[in-house]
Amino acid sequence: MLQTLGLLLGCQLAGEFVARGLSLPIPGPVLGLVILLAALVFRSSLAGALRPTCHVILAHLSLMFVPAGVGVIGNLDVLSSDWAKLLVVLTLSTILSMLVTVATFITMKRLIYRLQK
Amino acid sequence: MNDFASLWSYLSATPLLWLTATIGAYLIADNLAGRLGNPPWANPVLLSVLLLSPVLVFTNTRYSTYFEGAQFIHFLLGPATVALALPLWDNRSTIQKSVIPILCALVAGSAVAAGSAIALAQFFDLPMSVLLSLAPKSTTAPVALGISEAVGGIPTLTAVLVILTGIIGAITVTPLMNILSITDWQARGFAVGVAAHGIGTARAFKVNPIAGAYAGIAMALNALFTSLIVPILVRWLT
Repeated sequence: MLQTLGLLLGCQLAGEFVARGLSLPIPGPVLGLVILLAALVFRSSLAGALRPTCHVILAHLSLMFVPAGVGVIGNLDVLSSDWAKLLVVLTLSTILSMLVTVATFITMKRLIYRLQK
Repeated sequence: MNDFASLWSYLSATPLLWLTATIGAYLIADNLAGRLGNPPWANPVLLSVLLLSPVLVFTNTRYSTYFEGAQFIHFLLGPATVALALPLWDNRSTIQKSVIPILCALVAGSAVAAGSAIALAQFFDLPMSVLLSLAPKSTTAPVALGISEAVGGIPTLTAVLVILTGIIGAITVTPLMNILSITDWQARGFAVGVAAHGIGTARAFKVNPIAGAYAGIAMALNALFTSLIVPILVRWLT
């Protein structure tokens, strides 16, 4: 567990280092993900060692969003004046984005399937 | 009574209290959601926030005091993002077969997620600072905060909007896809990952492992792509 945590943090640190060093617009943890993926390509035996701890972390991904969510109490003034509009904007935009994504994904998949036949 | 007051003023200022409260609230929320059979509306993030916020307001605790304890959990978002490499690796063979649908859906979905938020905010005449805080709402929290800051939004407001977006996506995805009778788990997972980042991904993992893996890919790619397009969209649309 500790080794996995160390490796995850190490990848994040390396990602942060590269992102800041080269002033890339890519966030450090996302680059860390790419670095870990590269490590897995070179050493696939890592996957088995990582699995137990990663499963626990990803199973409780929701927990990690709670502190930011509680930030709602610090923004009550903006939210109280515009909450209805914001809720409509967020709901419409989120549903629209899911519809476009799912439609594009399925259309392209079918197109490729047809081209391959 | 006086003893309690001094004990409270001591404990409420230490990170221990709010760290414990955060984990406690989440455990209650997760347990409750599990007992109800994980229905879309019983979102663990939403339930936890609904449990914690009244406590903070009632005890007159400032968000900054709360965050001193909660930051240890908030910090884990970073390593958790890195950990998404594992489901990507485990599903590499199916992913390799769908590279083109993935990239096309990413570009379309990501552009609509940010673009429609900006356009709708203009339509509803929301203030400029709110509009800029809305633009990165579909990316994962740590990334969205960075983007919001870079384009001139309010990072703490962005954090709340990001969480709300995640909750909305996680709640609506299952009924929406069922109504449209979409049974492709890859497509369903990818859509919720693009639109509703980690909270959507957490939901997808609860529903189906393939959907979860695709949501994870979508979330990671969307974080990359949104940080590139939001500055451009903001300049274009405003």
